[in-house]
Amino acid sequence: MRNHDSEPVLSVQNLQVSFTTDDGVVRAVDGVSFDVYAGETVCIVGESGSGKSVMAGSILRLNNSSTATTTGKILLGGVDVLSADESVVRGLRGSEVAMIFQDPMSALNPYYTVGDQIAEAYLVHHPEVSKKDARQVVLQMMIKVGIPSPEKRIDEYPHQFSGGMRQRIVIAIALINSPRLLIADEPTTALDVTVQAQILDLMMDLQKEFGMTILLITHDLGVVAEVAQDVIVMYAGRIVEQSDVEAIFHAPTHPYAWGLLGSVSSYGASKRGDLFTISGSPPSLISLPEGCAFHPRCVHSLGSGSRCQSEKPVLRPVGNNGSRSACHLADEVLVSIGTGTGAR
Amino acid sequence: MLLFIIRRLFFAIVLLIAVSVFTYFLFALLPTDPAALSCGIHCKPETIAANRIRLGYDKSIFEQYWLFLKGIFVGRDYGIGTAAFTCPAPSLGYSFNQHACVTSLIGETFPVTAYLSIGAFILWMMIGIGVGAIAALNKGKWQDRLATAFASVGVSLPTFYFGLLALFSIVIWFQILPFPSYESPLDNFPAFITAMILPWLVLAIISAASYTRLTRNGMLEAMNEDFVRLGVAKGLRLRVILRRYVMRQALIPIVTIAGLDFAGLLGGAIITESVFSLPGMGRMSIRAVVDSDLPVLVGTTMIAAVFIVLANVIVDIAYGFLDPRVRVS
Repeated sequence: MRNHDSEPVLSVQNLQVSFTTDDGVVRAVDGVSFDVYAGETVCIVGESGSGKSVMAGSILRLNNSSTATTTGKILLGGVDVLSADESVVRGLRGSEVAMIFQDPMSALNPYYTVGDQIAEAYLVHHPEVSKKDARQVVLQMMIKVGIPSPEKRIDEYPHQFSGGMRQRIVIAIALINSPRLLIADEPTTALDVTVQAQILDLMMDLQKEFGMTILLITHDLGVVAEVAQDVIVMYAGRIVEQSDVEAIFHAPTHPYAWGLLGSVSSYGASKRGDLFTISGSPPSLISLPEGCAFHPRCVHSLGSGSRCQSEKPVLRPVGNNGSRSACHLADEVLVSIGTGTGAR
Repeated sequence: MLLFIIRRLFFAIVLLIAVSVFTYFLFALLPTDPAALSCGIHCKPETIAANRIRLGYDKSIFEQYWLFLKGIFVGRDYGIGTAAFTCPAPSLGYSFNQHACVTSLIGETFPVTAYLSIGAFILWMMIGIGVGAIAALNKGKWQDRLATAFASVGVSLPTFYFGLLALFSIVIWFQILPFPSYESPLDNFPAFITAMILPWLVLAIISAASYTRLTRNGMLEAMNEDFVRLGVAKGLRLRVILRRYVMRQALIPIVTIAGLDFAGLLGGAIITESVFSLPGMGRMSIRAVVDSDLPVLVGTTMIAAVFIVLANVIVDIAYGFLDPRVRVS
């Protein structure tokens, strides 16, 4: 077990984010709580629309405040981001907490050189540094993130870089102020497979060097297996399972986590060699199913009239390896499935 | 970049020559006889024939065009003997109606059009971009709705109607301003300003409407860009993000359209000049149409074409500076 005695770097408490749309209120994040401790890598996994990115955006208060309603608490080093002044949050953004976005092709400002953009991130939190000195800092950072001939490339524009190189620039922007927490929202999804591994390796190397905590949002379980210590599985805006990485792969406690693992070839291929799929599609966040939101797609659901359909399961400790699960049947059924005796 | 500019300028010149050929021949083919028009109804055939020779209409149309073209560079002589006179280069012809060289007529009227255009342009860019930005920053609120209403009304109001309305309400009913009577700013600056305020405002409000929409939509689109989100995540101030991220992108299409609109106006704001009796190039063109004053028409058309072609070149070059992605390719 990891040492969780110290204060968490990030503590999310009962976070709710809803968007008002023409069709109704979308509950994108619905009562999410978790802690992230120093030096850890925590992965958040789930399908598209499960609320991962909205959740990540609310940590730095990046969601559009005119349409999104956010309640709960997000503590970053003792500061509640959700109730703090804009100037306080602005001081945290990019210095204490940095973010990497999914698509490096659109994340950089096309009208300024990459050097300007990295320097801008540095200078906004180091106003006393001269532009000339900042340029040296930027060059050092470009070397660290593995950009060849940085003296030449520092004055080039984003469109002159490949996708992988652009993501390195985005990482340089994120790490230039040595943040304590790095939030990476699907940082490798938009990249070529060969480049994905390079970027991931780079992030892990820099994590060691800077002693960063990483909150990694992904739907790639291969990535999870490689880098995570703690895994949070989200479904329809709620956490359905939180376990350490060993437990999630060997003894998942929620049918949805179990299904996710099954849909990855190296973990879930049956003897016939085909992939397990979760039937159906994610529910509409405007009108969630009663009870457990996953029950219409769950192979273990107890059927009509059962508490699966009437009672919303709460996230609670399950088993003896520190896992938390939001399934009514976590104790009775799933632990046994996890050990390989259950029916699929 | 230099090569790009040279190439664009070369094509601009080719285009201008094509425009001159087209206008010259089109107007020359009109079924009016300038020689007969130049001496009224009770004209003897001999006088018409003499006029024809004096004005150079006895020559073939190709020769006439050649003389026109040559006149632009070396000036041109008209008439013979004691009645001879010269329009110095650049000569765009001679108006037999007004008994003056077209170039000097344009020289008199163009400043009026230029003052009108420049003043209105500055006002409409400030109004258009300002109102558009306020709307974008308050999307969905009353400011936004008010701006949208302003844009719809401005776009759909015809200039002549709005101009007359302004004239009647402000000058005749409320008598806030005297009836506009143009004075050169060099002679009487206060009178110039009083005469120009209404035309400036009318032209500015009507033109600003579409810029309000462009700015609003451009900014809203830019605000949804990932790189703007990254700018926020860097910890930048809203002011910096608006300037370096949002406006930077939203202004590019506006620069393009503003350049072309402004150039079009320099060729003569016909309706505004007519409504407010401003002695500009637009009003001169309209009178030239009514009087079949072909040399003036050819002249003003050429000037308008020069401005539009030039504006296109400038906008293209500006685009290269504004968007680095265009610069390289």
